[in-house]
Amino acid sequence: MSAAAQAFNESATEHCGDVEHRARMERALNGYEAKRDEYKGRFADWEAAREAAASVKRDVVNHLDTYLAQFAERLEARGARIHWAKDAAEAREIIAGIARDNGVRRVIKSKSMTSEEIHLNEHLIKEGFEVLESDLGEFIVQLRREHPYHLVFPSMHLTRHQISETFAEKLGAAKVTEPEELTMIARGVMRRKFCEADMGISGVNFGIAETGMISITENEGNARLTTSLPRVHVALMGIEKVLARLEDLALFMRMLATAGAGQPLTCYNTLYAGARFAGEPDGPEQFHLVLLDNGRTIALADAEQRDTLQCIRCGACLNVCPIFRNIGGHAYGTVYGGPIGSVITPHLRGLQEWKHLSFASSLCGACSQACPVKIDLAHHLLRNRRNAVREKPPFFEGLVWRAFSFLMRRPRLYRAVARIGRVFQPARFFTPWTRTRSAPRIASKSFTEWWSEASEDGAKF
Amino acid sequence: MKISLFIPCFIDQCHPRVGISVVQILRRLGHVVDYPVAQTCCGQPAFNSGAWEQAREVARHTLEVFRDAEIVCIPSGSCGAMLKVFYRELFKDEPEYEEACALGEKTWEFASLLVNKLGVTDVGAELNAAATFHDGCHGLRELGVRSEPRALLAKVRGLRLVEMASAETCCGFGGTFAVKFPMISTAMGEAKCAAAAETGADCVISLDSSCLMHLQGLLDRQGSRMRCLHLAEVLANNAA
Repeated sequence: MSAAAQAFNESATEHCGDVEHRARMERALNGYEAKRDEYKGRFADWEAAREAAASVKRDVVNHLDTYLAQFAERLEARGARIHWAKDAAEAREIIAGIARDNGVRRVIKSKSMTSEEIHLNEHLIKEGFEVLESDLGEFIVQLRREHPYHLVFPSMHLTRHQISETFAEKLGAAKVTEPEELTMIARGVMRRKFCEADMGISGVNFGIAETGMISITENEGNARLTTSLPRVHVALMGIEKVLARLEDLALFMRMLATAGAGQPLTCYNTLYAGARFAGEPDGPEQFHLVLLDNGRTIALADAEQRDTLQCIRCGACLNVCPIFRNIGGHAYGTVYGGPIGSVITPHLRGLQEWKHLSFASSLCGACSQACPVKIDLAHHLLRNRRNAVREKPPFFEGLVWRAFSFLMRRPRLYRAVARIGRVFQPARFFTPWTRTRSAPRIASKSFTEWWSEASEDGAKF
Repeated sequence: MKISLFIPCFIDQCHPRVGISVVQILRRLGHVVDYPVAQTCCGQPAFNSGAWEQAREVARHTLEVFRDAEIVCIPSGSCGAMLKVFYRELFKDEPEYEEACALGEKTWEFASLLVNKLGVTDVGAELNAAATFHDGCHGLRELGVRSEPRALLAKVRGLRLVEMASAETCCGFGGTFAVKFPMISTAMGEAKCAAAAETGADCVISLDSSCLMHLQGLLDRQGSRMRCLHLAEVLANNAA
């Protein structure tokens, strides 16, 4: 068992036993589901919208070379500086380099899971820069030195009281009880930081190839401040986040908001086309776009895994996943949690070390059903399992399945073994089952025996 | 119509009454029922564990056993999904691909067979009880069977169907998942049992004896009086 698998089992066991945590998740996500269904109802045909979104993304991913070149070219024509990063280390170094070159001391960030993926904050802090998360949820987990709990709701595991305690401890704030009061405390800290920051780092929700623009979706307005107040703006984007046409946003902004957060549309949707032009009163002096591969082209080259690049990181698959709802977001030990994380982490970070996530699923398929771009997540988990076993057959389990196959191709032998099992009732001794459940009993007469006797009696079927 | 039965291995061994009920219902409807005794398991446990090579070996045996069948009826959404959906994936690059597709085409999950193929919803069943229905995930999401069991239950005299909250949420069985990750499986099952109990129902009905084995196991330990029944047992008046 890998160290990651061991840590997963321990954390999952702990969280499954935490009934209060489970109830809190259930309440929060049931609320999300009700809202999501309400706004799904505003689509003329949600299933048709999913199909349309999937087909737009399929086209982009299949012609990624063309669209990426077009996208970069149009942005460059407007003065943006484009950086191509093949992996996390390269991306981190590019961003640290931009900061050094511009004499940056303070960095402010808006929410970006891609920056989590490359562990950007740790690197920048090590390099001597001050880094502050400006998304409220991210700000809270940064103060607590935790990782985001969920792709979209980074601090959903915390109660307002826990957040107030964190603010009191880390910021010296007074204890409060209302969410609005908590927000005002965070805002008091952040407004000053926005004005002081030399560099703003954002993620990208969609890159529009047709017009050479990036689209950022948010609910707090912090991304607008992050990208417009500091003199340098660096946007970090996975290469799969491209859309071909501006009009694609009409569908994708709505789907992202509805599937991801149960909203009709997020509060702020902004398109950025580069740095401040001569004569314009505001905006950054420089605009950099870092395009990150970090394993994505490996998925692209694999016809079976390619559709995982359709992901828009909405988090809908986490929200509906009964595994996520019970073990929570930290148990995974990955940047991307939930079904999408279980599917792509083995692709990005090594199958043998992360295969346990693909096995830790009942394969219920709720994720596949929820995915707005129709990634076949549940079946990907099955394929990851197959690949893991093919690549490195487990010794003991391998024997079990060979014995299983041997027996199941020999009906008489199989039935003889089952008759022996009838005497011993082996399920009784199988503690992984019996610790919480009564054991099933092998019946004194199998269906097959009943059938044979009934047939001998002359009953006609 | 001649209907060949595929009785999942754990129904054969642990819940024979489900298979017997299927035979009784189909006979009562005037069909000729056949049970090829050489059948064993569909291979799903190995398939779900990543051991596709061994799953294929077992699946080949199943292909052979049902080669000459006209219609195959299987009283399980999960094993039905294995035959109808996953055999295609398993044999995608194999010479048996066509045959695997053909078996999938002629295979029917039990409730779907009654309603969609045989056009029957009223089989003359009676059960004086309040019941709630658990949608097994494979039947629901892989096969799209949702309205069929409800249409059949609506015609059971004396039965009051009370839908539970989150009826479509997984019960946490998941095959080998239940024993590889018993803590997660149990947490999911507890949520399901609580949702079922909240309806005040006397019994939980499902298309899958595997989900029910897990739920009954949990309910027994909780000291609950709720009973888990396969739809076929209800329809054949064998629920008592």
